[in-house]
Amino acid sequence: MRYFFTLMLLLVPILGVWTFVEADRWQLWFPQNVSSFGGEIDGLFNLILYMVGFTFIVTELALAWFVFKFSANRPGKAVFTHGSHKLEMIWTAIPAVALLFIAFSQMETWAKVKFESNFPKGGKYTKERPIAELWASQFDWRVCYPGDDGAIGTADDLERSYEFVVPVNTDIVFHLRSRDVIHSFFVPEFRLKQDALPGHTIPVWFRAEKEGIYDLVCAELCGWGHYKMSGRMTVVSQAEFDKRMADIKAEWFSNGKEQGQ
Amino acid sequence: MNISSAALPAHDPAVDAPKPHHAIYDYDSGPPVNRGKFAIWLFLATEVMFFTGLIGTYIVLRMGAATWPDPADRLAVDITALNTFFLIVSSATMVKAVERAMLGDNPGLIKWLALTVLIGATFVGIQAYEYAVLIKDGNLPDVDIFWSTFYAMTGFHGIHVAVGVIWNLCILIAAIFRKIPQEKYMKVELAGLYWHFVDLVWVLLFTIVYLM
Amino acid sequence: MSQATTHAANSPHLEPGEGEAGTVRAHHDHHELGFLRKWIFSVDHKVIGMQFLFSGLVFLALGGLMAMAIRYQLAWPWRPMPGLAWMFPATGGAISPEFYTMLFTMHGTIMIFFVMIPLLTGAFGNFLIPLMIGAPDMAFPKLNMFGYWAMVPAFFFILLGFFVEGGHAAGGWTSYPPLSTIESAAPGSLTGQTCWLLGLTWVGVSSMMGAVNYVTTIVKMRAPGLTMMRLPLTIWGLLITSLLQLFALPVLTAAGILQLLDRTLNTGFFTPTNLQVNNITPDSFLYGADAVGAAAGGQPLLWQHLFWFYSHPAVYILVLPAMGFTSDILAVHARKPIFGYKPMVYSMSAIAGLGFIVWGHHMFTSGMNPALGMTFMVSTVMIALPSAIKVFNWLGTLWGGRIHLRTPMLFACAFVSMFIIGGLSGIWMAATPVDIYIHDTYIVVAHFHYVVFAGSLFAIFAAAYHWFPKMFGRVMNETVGKVHFVGSFIFTNMTFYMMHQVGVAGLMRRTADPYAYDVYQHLQPINEFITISAFCMFAWQIFFVVNFFHSMFWGKRVGRNPWNAASLEWDAPSPPGHGNFDRQLEVYRGAYEFSSPDVAEDFIPQTRKL
Ligand code: HEM
Ligand SMILES: [Cu+2]
Ligand SMILES: [Cu+2]
Repeated sequence: MRYFFTLMLLLVPILGVWTFVEADRWQLWFPQNVSSFGGEIDGLFNLILYMVGFTFIVTELALAWFVFKFSANRPGKAVFTHGSHKLEMIWTAIPAVALLFIAFSQMETWAKVKFESNFPKGGKYTKERPIAELWASQFDWRVCYPGDDGAIGTADDLERSYEFVVPVNTDIVFHLRSRDVIHSFFVPEFRLKQDALPGHTIPVWFRAEKEGIYDLVCAELCGWGHYKMSGRMTVVSQAEFDKRMADIKAEWFSNGKEQGQ
Repeated sequence: MNISSAALPAHDPAVDAPKPHHAIYDYDSGPPVNRGKFAIWLFLATEVMFFTGLIGTYIVLRMGAATWPDPADRLAVDITALNTFFLIVSSATMVKAVERAMLGDNPGLIKWLALTVLIGATFVGIQAYEYAVLIKDGNLPDVDIFWSTFYAMTGFHGIHVAVGVIWNLCILIAAIFRKIPQEKYMKVELAGLYWHFVDLVWVLLFTIVYLM
Repeated sequence: MSQATTHAANSPHLEPGEGEAGTVRAHHDHHELGFLRKWIFSVDHKVIGMQFLFSGLVFLALGGLMAMAIRYQLAWPWRPMPGLAWMFPATGGAISPEFYTMLFTMHGTIMIFFVMIPLLTGAFGNFLIPLMIGAPDMAFPKLNMFGYWAMVPAFFFILLGFFVEGGHAAGGWTSYPPLSTIESAAPGSLTGQTCWLLGLTWVGVSSMMGAVNYVTTIVKMRAPGLTMMRLPLTIWGLLITSLLQLFALPVLTAAGILQLLDRTLNTGFFTPTNLQVNNITPDSFLYGADAVGAAAGGQPLLWQHLFWFYSHPAVYILVLPAMGFTSDILAVHARKPIFGYKPMVYSMSAIAGLGFIVWGHHMFTSGMNPALGMTFMVSTVMIALPSAIKVFNWLGTLWGGRIHLRTPMLFACAFVSMFIIGGLSGIWMAATPVDIYIHDTYIVVAHFHYVVFAGSLFAIFAAAYHWFPKMFGRVMNETVGKVHFVGSFIFTNMTFYMMHQVGVAGLMRRTADPYAYDVYQHLQPINEFITISAFCMFAWQIFFVVNFFHSMFWGKRVGRNPWNAASLEWDAPSPPGHGNFDRQLEVYRGAYEFSSPDVAEDFIPQTRKL
């Protein structure tokens, strides 16, 4: 019995590590990254993975080993000790340093992605002149591009539902808004998530580095249709983007505004 | 074989059966305060957190609002100031009541407690009147966030005062039937602690809802 | 310091615990109580503990069934459930999207507020506190009774919600407004949400009464000589938990009532202006329907702050008592003193204290000021430190022991093993940039199931096996217990471990049909694996149910102290009678004097004078 229970406890770190090692092969790992900061986020994830993985293996093995060793039928009593001040100091100080290291290693990337003071400046799109407003509502996404005047909220705005087209290798800033409840903008390939809050306009930035079509996922429960609140994030070359915008404009003004509805 | 299969000691009626006719052993430990008083302090701590939640809500909403009306334009500050004064006086009469109860002075207890109940009821009455006037003028809680917070904060406080009045009334009735002898003064003191708390919260609420 | 003066009290009507503090009372009322007084309107902490235990187990079964339905949908979306066509005639037995949102909302709500909190504090807290401190009962037995009876309206409202129009609440257990406050935003927001709020308010009232009682009892009614630093860690866990309840819960109560006002009186605390919410059900989907008529100026984020200000401490409410049980069980069955008793107490206190300043880690991507997110990250990362210290001390306790691998010990070891996983995955989510990606994915689901299910529920199982002899005077069957353990351990890990990897793959929680997205389509087989494991795990619990009820009546009878444990509860008869102890206690040491070289036996009871 003792061998059996030890084996069970041992299987936790063994299979646990194995599944993490094999996950990539089973396609149970990050989807490809296409944003400029996504690589950093994956790196930070992996940094923590190695640190907690090490702790995980050591503690789980120690647990299994102790259970095995000290459940053996031995003569005499257990070791009589109430603890050790020195050990307590060691296993307080080392994790404390490691944890603080983790915390400080995160700050730069976090500030880069979310601090408004770090938003792209001087490029084509800025916090003040976003590429578009992205409206979330139950249960769809609508993009509102400024027309020729570059300003949103004017008569020449272009509206489009479902698909958000952006140019590749450009710093994009858009405004995220919600018409009803809370939703969340999530593109797994960008490693980017931001809730859309009704009553607020939240600027979001990213830079996509690879052309392609990606799923735009709603990541905050927004009602019965939450699961199907999908959108499409289309990243195209600048030339293609200009063409698309011209198409959208032509379509929008030929069919009247109802088309976008 | 390992230790896990070691047999458990079997039941032995000679040592394991409960001893018949044993006494009940009730010990006293910890700080030298009465259990009831200890518990009421804990309860008041939860009340502090409750009103902290409400006041926090008020502050966040007010800070976040684009504009906030001057309370003096919307509320009858002078009447409520008078009401506040009443409540403070009732705290003083409550102190007197507790003092009398400690001395075992039943008529004195009845007198001061009755006064406290009366003033407390007056406070609730004036607040109800204030509500009635406001509601008649169409100032309902769904009109804007000022009214939402106003009714929530003063309303919850009002309920607390009403509970306090009822609590004191129960003690008053008990006192009239001579059920509060000197050694049971703690019953009055516990109600008194609650009453002072409710009073204190009002001073705070009055300041931030009416004056600021 | 404790003192017991002896003089017979005069009133025979006093319940144990109601008497004058510090008295020994003659106890001549051995009259038989009627069924109602004894089992329904009881003021005896042991019976009230049983009431919490049995209602908690019933809700555990209900919440478990809901989990099975959730898993079924995730493995085979929209496929009719075999044999359930009668329940869902409209869909022929399949789960509809509205029903799915309701399922996970109520699964979470029931498991947290109607199972784990009542089992940990209500059932074991009630049963163990007076016994482990040597008291005849709680400080306020009647208040204790009301504490259970306040759960009755809670049961009523939470069950009523299933039968109202639109179904039960469907805004998640977190109930974020405006989804939860606007009637037309979700079918469950029509009336179900009101039932949800009323139910939770009553749970809050119950917990508050319980917490006042527990703290007073622990501080004021300890046996002579039982100083705070001699208390068993179970009692420390329950004491700190109760303090968390006292200081955190009222904020949720206030927030819940404000949400109720938003729903009923159209106040606007959490509801911003000018929303356009348009659908109640899929059928009545109209575009651009009525704007919502609430008072202007509310803030949805305010609810999140208030909610998590309670609910983060609440997750520690879900684990601190479990940590206490584990510590006690490890020490008893390893025949070793707790390694680092004081660090254990300090780290539990640190967890509780830090627990009040980390709530923002649930809101990193919510739109909260990102600078605030940074400070919440630091405090959250630091809360892993006391958790780590506890793990190391548990390992230290096992080291050098003479371990008896009985069922309670196996579950306690499993708790340590599983808590390591849950605690470590917390660090990922505390890291703000990483959380941008993994927030609201299955990593979060894996994390909290490892701490709450594989952690706390396993500790509850451990406690059930360990204290069963005290409750019923009999032991549970050891072989069946081991079978129960093995299956539970294996299937639990099969169910929850791979959720980490699907989470890394980006899978969102709370989606009825993830495969509607291209990125998630390849995850269906692994979800099927998880679902089948979950079914097995659920079915396996039959071993516990049968063992529990069978042993209650036909288990092997054992004496007062079958495990040779040292704490006070083992001094009382099993099951303890009216007033618990049949002799006067005097405590000379802590609860963990195992294997001391000073005596021949391998334990020294707390009451033994050397
Ligand atoms: C080692 C210390 C821990 C850390 C650092 C930690 C960290 C976190 C973080 C950052 C989140 C939010 C994740 C997100 O939504 O993106 C979270 C969620 C959660 N944690 Fe922990 N946690 C710890 C221990 C615990 C314990 C002991 C419990 C319960 C017994 C617990 C229960 C939960 C629950 C229930 C949630 C999910 C709430 C929800 O969104 O529905 N955690 N944890
Ligand atoms: Cu959504
Ligand atoms: Cu938390």
